[in-house]
Amino acid sequence: MSIALAAAPPATAAVAARPSRRPRRRRRLLSKVLAALLGAGLLIWTLLPVYNMLLMALDSDADEFTGSIFPPDPDFSSFASVWNEDYWLMQHFWHQFANSIYLGVATMLLTVLIGSLASFALSRMRLRRGWLVTDFALLTYVLPTAFLAIPFVHIMHQYRMADSIWAVVAAMVTFATPYAILILHQYGKLIPMELDEAAKVDGASPLQVYLRIYLPLMAPALVAVGVYALLLAWNEYLYQYLLLSSTSHMTVAVAINQFFDSDEAPWNYMMAIAIIYSLPPIAIYFGLRRFMVAGLAMGGVKG
Amino acid sequence: MGSTQQVLGFRQSATAGESQRPPWQIRLQGSDTTWAIAFLVPYVAVFAAFVAYPVVFGLWMGSDPALYGLLFSDPRYLLIAANTLLFVAIGVNVQMFLAFLLSGFFMDRSWWVRSLLAVFLLPWALPGLVVFTSIHFMLVTQWGLLDSLWRAVTGSDGPLFLVHAWSAMAANIVAYIWKWLPFWTLIFLAARMSIPQDIYDAAEIDGASGHRRLLYVTFPLLANIYLICTLLSSVWTLGDFPTVYFVSSGAPARLTDVLATYGFHEAFDFGYPNLGVAAMMSALPLMIPLIILLMRRVRATGVQL
Repeated sequence: MSIALAAAPPATAAVAARPSRRPRRRRRLLSKVLAALLGAGLLIWTLLPVYNMLLMALDSDADEFTGSIFPPDPDFSSFASVWNEDYWLMQHFWHQFANSIYLGVATMLLTVLIGSLASFALSRMRLRRGWLVTDFALLTYVLPTAFLAIPFVHIMHQYRMADSIWAVVAAMVTFATPYAILILHQYGKLIPMELDEAAKVDGASPLQVYLRIYLPLMAPALVAVGVYALLLAWNEYLYQYLLLSSTSHMTVAVAINQFFDSDEAPWNYMMAIAIIYSLPPIAIYFGLRRFMVAGLAMGGVKG
Repeated sequence: MGSTQQVLGFRQSATAGESQRPPWQIRLQGSDTTWAIAFLVPYVAVFAAFVAYPVVFGLWMGSDPALYGLLFSDPRYLLIAANTLLFVAIGVNVQMFLAFLLSGFFMDRSWWVRSLLAVFLLPWALPGLVVFTSIHFMLVTQWGLLDSLWRAVTGSDGPLFLVHAWSAMAANIVAYIWKWLPFWTLIFLAARMSIPQDIYDAAEIDGASGHRRLLYVTFPLLANIYLICTLLSSVWTLGDFPTVYFVSSGAPARLTDVLATYGFHEAFDFGYPNLGVAAMMSALPLMIPLIILLMRRVRATGVQL
């Protein structure tokens, strides 16, 4: 545009440019302002509940809400109390935190193991009727987890797994593996079958192909699937609440809910626990965001 | 049944396409089949023990017709069914539409939009228990954060959100959108990024720009994934538990429960597990068509979930 104008005689250029350029510049400025406003709005929208958690945790007076927008006298004593397990509802906080980690890591490892074995068999070995398994995985993936909760709890009593972390691990692995199979299946298409064939010609057994070729090449997808399973187990609440009742088997999520059942209401302690409990997922999110987003871009659709 | 055959039909045509590969890739040798089955055993065992058996057990629990008579005679049940429909219809559609628009905003790759995206996705990674509890406390009394903000701006006391059923239900829906909007925005963003730039260039030459580009180029290309995401989100929202359980907790007077929380209370607070299962199963007449539609759509278009 500017080149064309420069070539034209200066007088006409000025006449031609004036009416067209000004609205365009104004429109560009307007769209920039609108984008900035939208951005500010989104920032407030996203951070308001997070800020509310901080506001409540930093309030030194436990029982009364202050009704102010800023913490009147910010006070980190509630975090210190949680750290030192100073209150009867959080006597076993670190033990319960360890339980949550145990639950998340066990779910992650089992999901990656079971999911990668199944997807190897389904997509690399071309089993007849293998699609049946894929379809069942897809169905499980679509199913809302809360709808299975009541029969699941009954069945865990039948299996004599009630009040055991492994009951929750079983539930979480059940709901995470279908996603793992679908994602790994999708990612596996990028790895040429010729590699498997070459290894077979060299005399490798399917187990060796799985261990030496499939797993190393699938590493990025395995990380995505593992992170997904870990966050699912960490962030899920219903099954932990229903399946874990004794204090020693409880996870942090169940412990937080105990505050609602108690007569006293030290909400600042509860929010301090909630913030500490949110730190691992935040750290994982900011550290491994690339893998999580890549997992979605591969086609996986699940929250 | 008809849909199953439909599904089978697509599957068969897919394998027919693959059979053009050299035969050694398809036929497994005897020992390889054993290996493949061995690799599948863990997943099949998990599926049988923790999906198939609970599903069958649940169907058996909710199989007594008398349960449904009992359910429909509860005057609250109709209200709860209506709440669930409202929650799904408004929550899912508003969320999808906003996600679609916002994904366009996040296509901008300038540094501040990219950092904003990183912050915007945070609700997706946070535990539902934690954020919904926080939102509950923002609304619950006149000393909550939202009311404090209201007072700071207008000088008068704010509305009590959880005192009226309508505003409490609206709070549930808004909280649900807050939690899941980032996730769907990301899905649409990925879909938008996979649209080749040439298409936009061609459209520009043909004179499509601005809102026309959105309406006639982007939207038709994303229509399919938009539909699939809407169906999927509807199924999940139909069974959503934590939002209502924590944000309104059914307040006021259990008027804002949805099927999942109603079933939960019937089963675990009042000790009628079969009635709880029946309440959730009463969503099946809506859920099964949604799932069938979804599966057919996924098969027909080859979109990977």
